[in-house]
Amino acid sequence: MSLTPVRVILPGMLRDLVGGVPEIEVGVPAEPVTVADVLDRAFVDHRILDGKVRDERGQIRQHVKVFVNGEDATRGAGVATPVPAGARVHIINAVSGG
Amino acid sequence: MTETIVAIGTRKGLWIARSNDRESWHLEGPHFLMSEVASVAIDTRAGRSSVLAGVKSWHWGPTVQASEDGGRTWTESAERAVAFPSDTDTALERIWQLTPDPNDSDVVWAGVEPHALFRSTDRGEHYDLVRGLWEHPHRAHWEPGFGGGAVHTVVPEPGHPENLLVAMSAGGVYRSSDAGASWAASNPGIRAYFMPDNEYPEYGQCVHKVARGAGGALFAQNHKGVYRSDDGGTTWESIADGLPTDFGFTILAHPTRPGTVWNIPVADDGERIPPGAQLQVQRSDDGGRSWRMQAKGLPADSYTCVLRDAASLDSEDPVGIYFGTRNGDIFASVDEGESFNRIATQLPDVLVVRAAQLP
Repeated sequence: MSLTPVRVILPGMLRDLVGGVPEIEVGVPAEPVTVADVLDRAFVDHRILDGKVRDERGQIRQHVKVFVNGEDATRGAGVATPVPAGARVHIINAVSGG
Repeated sequence: MTETIVAIGTRKGLWIARSNDRESWHLEGPHFLMSEVASVAIDTRAGRSSVLAGVKSWHWGPTVQASEDGGRTWTESAERAVAFPSDTDTALERIWQLTPDPNDSDVVWAGVEPHALFRSTDRGEHYDLVRGLWEHPHRAHWEPGFGGGAVHTVVPEPGHPENLLVAMSAGGVYRSSDAGASWAASNPGIRAYFMPDNEYPEYGQCVHKVARGAGGALFAQNHKGVYRSDDGGTTWESIADGLPTDFGFTILAHPTRPGTVWNIPVADDGERIPPGAQLQVQRSDDGGRSWRMQAKGLPADSYTCVLRDAASLDSEDPVGIYFGTRNGDIFASVDEGESFNRIATQLPDVLVVRAAQLP
């Protein structure tokens, strides 16, 4: 099965936890995958990130945003949002508060 | 030379005050700047100089940070330290309490929000849900207090690992006599004035803090009400007479002298300032039958408040008393409350203070 790359781009606050790595490239199969699938793969070798981005139910934390090709997944289907091959997945600390 | 440390958890990070004589202090920090630190445990069991901190990032959620060198350097497990099992469909909100067990130097208890108790058997690195409390039939009726719904106090019994007491807002006191397998409400005598029909319900009391004193007495500060139990928490009697107010958040019991207890009163639940705007500690040497104010060195015209875990004793003789205020002052007494000195100021809102002598 051929895999195509998806880029998971980390915010600065999380890069410090994984040795300064700015982004993680994961291979995904051609069939549709979801944000949850992509994060599962991205966090295999960076376990500490999983607890920062998602709670133990697998849901994106309240004050974290995940964008897929510039679209805010947390305003839509959340972790069930489809991720096309070649996509950019941005993880962002939300601008919460005043 | 013995080093005393005072760990200060705040709304915006952790500071540590250090002293070799308890007179001059050196303040280190912040650690975890901009993260809330609601719980701290200093673990000196088995010769350790460990510190555990329950830290919550506004963005990245709750976690446990651990230090093996008295709070100088910190590490965090890559896997979640405290996590609800998948069948509970529940997510951890905040770690309110970390309590090293006096009977097993590898066990650490964590009281959390939502109302639950976790147990670690690896010195606080990973924790498992205590199912007996989680599956208690009362759980659906436990209500959140003003600060949230949490098990905020865990009181093991030295010499009796089977006995455990927890306190929660608002649910009251629960006890286990089988090391956490089963639990029963234990609030007889504690008044829940806010209940419209029955002011002495089986559970639903808003207990703010419970402390175990020397000799086994238990002392409880409730949401309006101060109590002592001489039978391990089976029954409670009021010891509020003689206090300026029965409201407050914290209570401290002398580690070796039976009957000596300190209370930090708050004017009322609708007036969360010191009584008469005089920041003060109330001390009893007869188990709460009588009280006297200790306020030397503490400010008048004070409109701050001391929260449930923002006070601690050390283990020296005479015992040291330390507490922090919501406006970021830390006060210390090395003469058992007869006088206080301000050892830190201008910190964020203080949530937890823990003091200990490192080995």
